[in-house]
Amino acid sequence: MFENFDLQKAIFGRLTLESIPYHEPILVMTFIGVAIGGAVVLGAITYFKLWGYLWREWFTSVDHKRIGAMYIILGLVMLLRGFADAIMMRAQQAVAFNGNEGYLPAHHFDQIFTAHGVIMIFFVAMPLVTGLMNFVVPLQIGARDVAFPFLNNFSFWMTVAGAMLVMASLFVGEFARTGWLAYPPLSDYAYSPDVGVDYYIWALQVAGVGTLLSGVNLIATIVKMRCPGMTMMRMPVFTWTALCTNILIVAAFPVLTGVLALLSMDRYVGTNFFTNDFGGNPMMYVNLIWIWGHPEVYILVLPVFGVFSEVTATFSGKKLFGYTSMVYATVVITILSYLVWLHHFFTMGSGASVNSFFGITTMIISIPTGAKMFNWLFTMYRGRIRFELPMMWTLAFMLTFVIGGMTGVLLAVPPADFVLHNSLFLIAHFHNVIIGGVVFGSFAGISYWFPKVTGFKLDPFWGKMSFWFWVIGFYFAFMPLYVLGLMGVTRRLRVFDDPSLQIWFVIAAFGAFLIALGIGSFLVQLAVSIKNREKLRDLTGDPWNGRTLEWSTSSPPPVYNFAFTPVVYDNDAWWDMKQHGYKRPMEGFKPIHMPSNTGAGIILAGLSAVTAFALIWYIWWLAALGFVSLIATAIGHTFNYHRSFNIPREQIVETERERSQELLQAAGA
Amino acid sequence: MTTMTAEAVKTEDKRLFYVADEHEHGEGGSTLLGFWLYLMSDCLVFAVLFATYGVLGGSYAAGPSPRDLFDLPLVAVNTSMLLFSSITYGFAVLEMQKNRANRMLLWLFVTMLFGGAFLGIELSEFAHMIHEGATPQRSAFLSSFFTLVGTHGLHVTFGIIWMITLVIQVWKFGLSEANKRRLLCLSMFWHFLDVVWIGVFTFVYLMGVLR
Amino acid sequence: MSTDAHAGHDLHGHGGDHGHDAGHPESTLGGYLTGFFLSVVLTAIPFWLVMSGALGSKEATAVAILVLGAVQIVVHMVFFLHMTPSAEGGWTMMALIFTIVMVVITLTGSLWVMYHLNTNMMPMDPSQLP
Repeated sequence: MFENFDLQKAIFGRLTLESIPYHEPILVMTFIGVAIGGAVVLGAITYFKLWGYLWREWFTSVDHKRIGAMYIILGLVMLLRGFADAIMMRAQQAVAFNGNEGYLPAHHFDQIFTAHGVIMIFFVAMPLVTGLMNFVVPLQIGARDVAFPFLNNFSFWMTVAGAMLVMASLFVGEFARTGWLAYPPLSDYAYSPDVGVDYYIWALQVAGVGTLLSGVNLIATIVKMRCPGMTMMRMPVFTWTALCTNILIVAAFPVLTGVLALLSMDRYVGTNFFTNDFGGNPMMYVNLIWIWGHPEVYILVLPVFGVFSEVTATFSGKKLFGYTSMVYATVVITILSYLVWLHHFFTMGSGASVNSFFGITTMIISIPTGAKMFNWLFTMYRGRIRFELPMMWTLAFMLTFVIGGMTGVLLAVPPADFVLHNSLFLIAHFHNVIIGGVVFGSFAGISYWFPKVTGFKLDPFWGKMSFWFWVIGFYFAFMPLYVLGLMGVTRRLRVFDDPSLQIWFVIAAFGAFLIALGIGSFLVQLAVSIKNREKLRDLTGDPWNGRTLEWSTSSPPPVYNFAFTPVVYDNDAWWDMKQHGYKRPMEGFKPIHMPSNTGAGIILAGLSAVTAFALIWYIWWLAALGFVSLIATAIGHTFNYHRSFNIPREQIVETERERSQELLQAAGA
Repeated sequence: MTTMTAEAVKTEDKRLFYVADEHEHGEGGSTLLGFWLYLMSDCLVFAVLFATYGVLGGSYAAGPSPRDLFDLPLVAVNTSMLLFSSITYGFAVLEMQKNRANRMLLWLFVTMLFGGAFLGIELSEFAHMIHEGATPQRSAFLSSFFTLVGTHGLHVTFGIIWMITLVIQVWKFGLSEANKRRLLCLSMFWHFLDVVWIGVFTFVYLMGVLR
Repeated sequence: MSTDAHAGHDLHGHGGDHGHDAGHPESTLGGYLTGFFLSVVLTAIPFWLVMSGALGSKEATAVAILVLGAVQIVVHMVFFLHMTPSAEGGWTMMALIFTIVMVVITLTGSLWVMYHLNTNMMPMDPSQLP
């Protein structure tokens, strides 16, 4: 039997030189760019001897603040990739008229729209909101870290591993050409035998483990680690939305894991879940993936509702209007989000009773969301509003999100959806709510908490540039798509026949160009702020005259967050403390017990990535080896019983003394 | 009893804004809750598999049906293996509460034997079905059957690997707080698998033979 | 004396979060044996019902075994998993109830939706075409 033994296949699976897309000039140029950029960054790290520092202080860190910051960096880096895909599509669609094929071959265009969706949802929006929750929640509830600090580090690196796999698909092999949800039968082996869908599956499975565990972690943190006095109804609204988000994560992500596992069974083992033969049913995949998919959009948007609540209250100088109704609205959205999934496939043919049920549940969601909108408006009413950057993002959100929400209610009407399904109207709608909600919210959150993370504020001028480019660019980019959608243009088209449509696509491309300027301005803002950090320094720890506990500690907070665990009497705990003449305790410090850093998380995630890569390319020996070492490392890690240390009293005294000096300096200035 | 800083107490309405006298929180206070939350998420993975079986379980594609394949007496024996393993794990937990490490290890060992027997019977059932031509590829019904029951079996396998790890850890480091916590987590995991199995034998085997 | 600090502790919204919590109630031999006995009975009855066909109609048998299965799940939850409304300040029970709701939605929703889709959309016998 050894005559047929193919050594190359045994060693490399289906990975050959042909898998490297060196014949595609666009990809080669991209690769050269990435390689040069990567070499510069890595070279700089090596030159400045930062590897040890990065490894000890960041990569292996179990500090929720650092992990949160790393999540946000990951999200921003991936935003560049996802946006590059977006602007390529806009450029293609703006020129591909009158027989012009554009510059993207179909094979490449299909990968781009798939990668754009996958990256933007899983590796931009998710890391941004997870990063914000990770950084802010423990500080807001007066805790010193999350419930499972090691797991937090592991979750982060699993997300990175998933992102790495998607990035690898750009230069080794290809990405899926199926659209971001990879519907079968197109994504089955019969129609997509290449590695694209396998990259998709394994990137999401690996990242999904991270997301799920971070969900468990944050729920346990919020439930178990609130400081004394902080009852459920005294939690800041952001913490409430974080709790509901993570409940949704724990309830929804297993469904994604399950359905992708079934799809991979179809592809790897030849089972017949979603095939067209032997009783398989592709519609079941669509049904299951949307049971995850609809809660997912609320996973993204609930935390930013929390951000907007914090920002509105802080910059209006008032208590949030209708705290209780805000909490109940959040809980109601959490539950309802699980009852609407069918509205993504009204046209698949469920019939009148099913469609009307899901249409009605969908419309009902607009009620709690509308209640929130009014709460923010009433918070601003007669407030002394300061139009700082976070507040500007909030206002842009309120305007934009209401438009997106109304087109959403329109789409929730099944007969209307039969006309608009899969059209550019839908594309405009969900970009309207995701950009208007999640992206604006993330920028509001980033500019709001940036001084807390780094100790200095962001430069306002470039922030405003970024803001205006983004907001105006958004309207230019997506309002034309509503028009096109109403005219019946469907999504994911590469070339067009009707020349009268071109003008709308050109306007949309112009909008994308403005957004590019917005992203550029944001990067400039970061650079300028770092350069002027001494001028922008926040010595008080409370640059915005904030209301919640995270502003009671220094910026950036010490490793242990709070030298003494706070006690809370009001939902605006820090505001309450300021009103009652709170004085920082200066003595009586005790050693603080903290978790130790560990490299286990990054190693486990690395092994997962290797295993996934081997599975994608059918390199079975490596997959087996990777999996066994994964299990062995995980078990080995459980033999380490000494996972914490004490921060000595002297160190705390010293840190707090420095803080006192900063406060004095701030009072003097 | 701690000495308080004078200023802190003298706020206008005597509110104290921090815990001066903090006692050490035992480590791992959130572990059991966290693990329970993980189990809940696992529950939803099984919900997906049950739903898939519910939808596709009647699609035989002109192949064998449950009535042709399922051997209820064998399933009953298998179920009893899992039930016995549950009660023996319970005995292990009781010994753990009394800090009797050796007896606990003995019961864990018995639990592993029952778990292993369960897996053995399940695998032989699978082997028999595949030998008859009822492979996972044969029909959507068989795909969903093998995946649902197989996923449960995979969980049992991981449970046994975990148990072996814990046996070594208890044997080496004794019944420390950390090890007790882990034993309780595994207890939840093991009993949770029982609960899933109730769903499997009712919904898959018994209902399958009925229809 | 730090009375105020302890008052602060009492403000803690939910009972027993600190270490010494009622997180996991002590298991007892009696509890395990009761649970085991009940689950043996609750396993034996449905197997017997199906294997002997004692109830006659399939529908009745199906309903009976589903009910017995549900009861047995409760038995396991109470006697083996020690679910009580007070454990962990009620959070485990809350998580369980929420999960059950989600499981029910997933199962019944999928079956309902897929039943309709199958009826409306799957290829049918040409003779049924209008």
